[in-house]
Amino acid sequence: MFVPSVTHPIGDFVRDWVPRLAEYLPASIQSEDLNSVVAFLINAVICIIAVCVVNIGSAPILIYMERKVCAHVQCRLGPMRLGWHGTLQTIADVIKMLFKEVYAPSGADKLMFYLAPLIVLIAPFIVCALIPFDKNLVVADVSMGIPLIIAVNGFGVLGILLGGWSSNNKYSLLGALRSGAQMISYEISFTMILLFVVMISGSTNLMSITMGQEGTIFDWWIFKIPVLGFIAFILFFISSTAEMNRAPFDIAEAEQELTGGYHTEYNGTPFAMFYLAEYIALITNSALATTCFLGGFFPPCIGIDAVDNVLKMVPGVVWFFAKIYFMVWCYMMVRWTFVRPRVDQLMDFEWKFLLPVNLVLLVAGAAFIAIGL
Amino acid sequence: MQKQISTIQYIKRYLKRCITGPWSLICGLSVTLKYFFNPKRIVTEQYPENRKTLKMHDRYRGRLEMIEDADGNNHCTACGMCERACPNASINVLATKNIAGKKVLGRYVYHFASCTQCGLCVEACPFGAIRMSPAFEVATTDPNDLEMILNKKEGQG
Repeated sequence: MFVPSVTHPIGDFVRDWVPRLAEYLPASIQSEDLNSVVAFLINAVICIIAVCVVNIGSAPILIYMERKVCAHVQCRLGPMRLGWHGTLQTIADVIKMLFKEVYAPSGADKLMFYLAPLIVLIAPFIVCALIPFDKNLVVADVSMGIPLIIAVNGFGVLGILLGGWSSNNKYSLLGALRSGAQMISYEISFTMILLFVVMISGSTNLMSITMGQEGTIFDWWIFKIPVLGFIAFILFFISSTAEMNRAPFDIAEAEQELTGGYHTEYNGTPFAMFYLAEYIALITNSALATTCFLGGFFPPCIGIDAVDNVLKMVPGVVWFFAKIYFMVWCYMMVRWTFVRPRVDQLMDFEWKFLLPVNLVLLVAGAAFIAIGL
Repeated sequence: MQKQISTIQYIKRYLKRCITGPWSLICGLSVTLKYFFNPKRIVTEQYPENRKTLKMHDRYRGRLEMIEDADGNNHCTACGMCERACPNASINVLATKNIAGKKVLGRYVYHFASCTQCGLCVEACPFGAIRMSPAFEVATTDPNDLEMILNKKEGQG
């Protein structure tokens, strides 16, 4: 009987312990198949819980961080009252949001209306399962990692379009349509940059992309290919910002023009889910940037043995999360600095600038590989 | 309508924007980074906690008060210019006559409830007898407290 296995030390531990515990059962129901199935189910539950904890646990931290970064950029202090420096503020907000009454506007397509936030949440959760957090800490180590991420990202557009369409509100529909056009356009350059990464690393598996960057800081893909890597990183940054619908590309929400865009009519838990999806997407996109450009879970070694040995003592997960939060901070600084372009400027930027630069970059990368390596 | 331009001009403009655009973004980012890493620039006051050390700005206009020296003497001559200048009749200057038959200030009645702290009375005063005080904790539970008599002594000037 085929039972898919989960390969990480915790999985081995569970597979080791399930047969030992099964010995206490009556002999008539003991079997090898049952043991392996139970071990697999326990491992699967552990994986699901891990993904949920990483995603849902990081959302309040990110919201708190966003409010603090925004406040300090604008010469303010941000939340300061509840808990030490306002740390409990987001938890209070979440509780308030969850206890609100949930209702749909009259004339709304109820099924679609409540389905949209769920669909929006799918994409970031699946992407998070593919990210290698450490050498052994990856939920799904699939060989077609990058194509799967590209495929799954399409769910975000679907959810936003559904939410805007089913709200029976012209502002929601306008926001959803604008954002649909935007996300579909920027998905092209997003995909192209991932293609560039796949091209230089020679693999679509996220684990082997990371393993290709082992060594010093100059072995990371952002520095390994001189100039091209850095340009690719900047382009990835731009297109992933647009993918996430964050400012300066937040024309889906555009609260000054559209009263909130596609989630105007949402409140309570469905609204919280849209909000959650936005911040989980921030985490997964930062994780993707870290994996593809910033060396994944490898410490930033600088080539001096004494320093490197100290850096290597810190577990890879810590480095990974440090890099993720650095990327998140970059996204936040960009959000609170830059102004939102008009819709036509946004499309101009993608089709007249980003796409040609991406194509040139792909050609240059291919030439670099052909000549240099 | 946009003016028709040649292809070379278009390409020149496009390339120029490719340089100037990122440069302007970097300028903006440098400003926000400067603000982010400099906590001294924060202007928010943690009010109830720092109440002891909080200093109000010089230009702040709280309630009206009379400039008095240590003996309680003021410069008011009961001319009534402030009463005329007040846009919402918050000031009543009640004059009396002293023993010499000269017109002096009796009571300077100030209705804080209707005052908007515009400061026109201070500008109108020819003798510099009144000013806006920096006190900002002026809330009260008794509406009668809002009717005040600003001069402590009667019949001066």
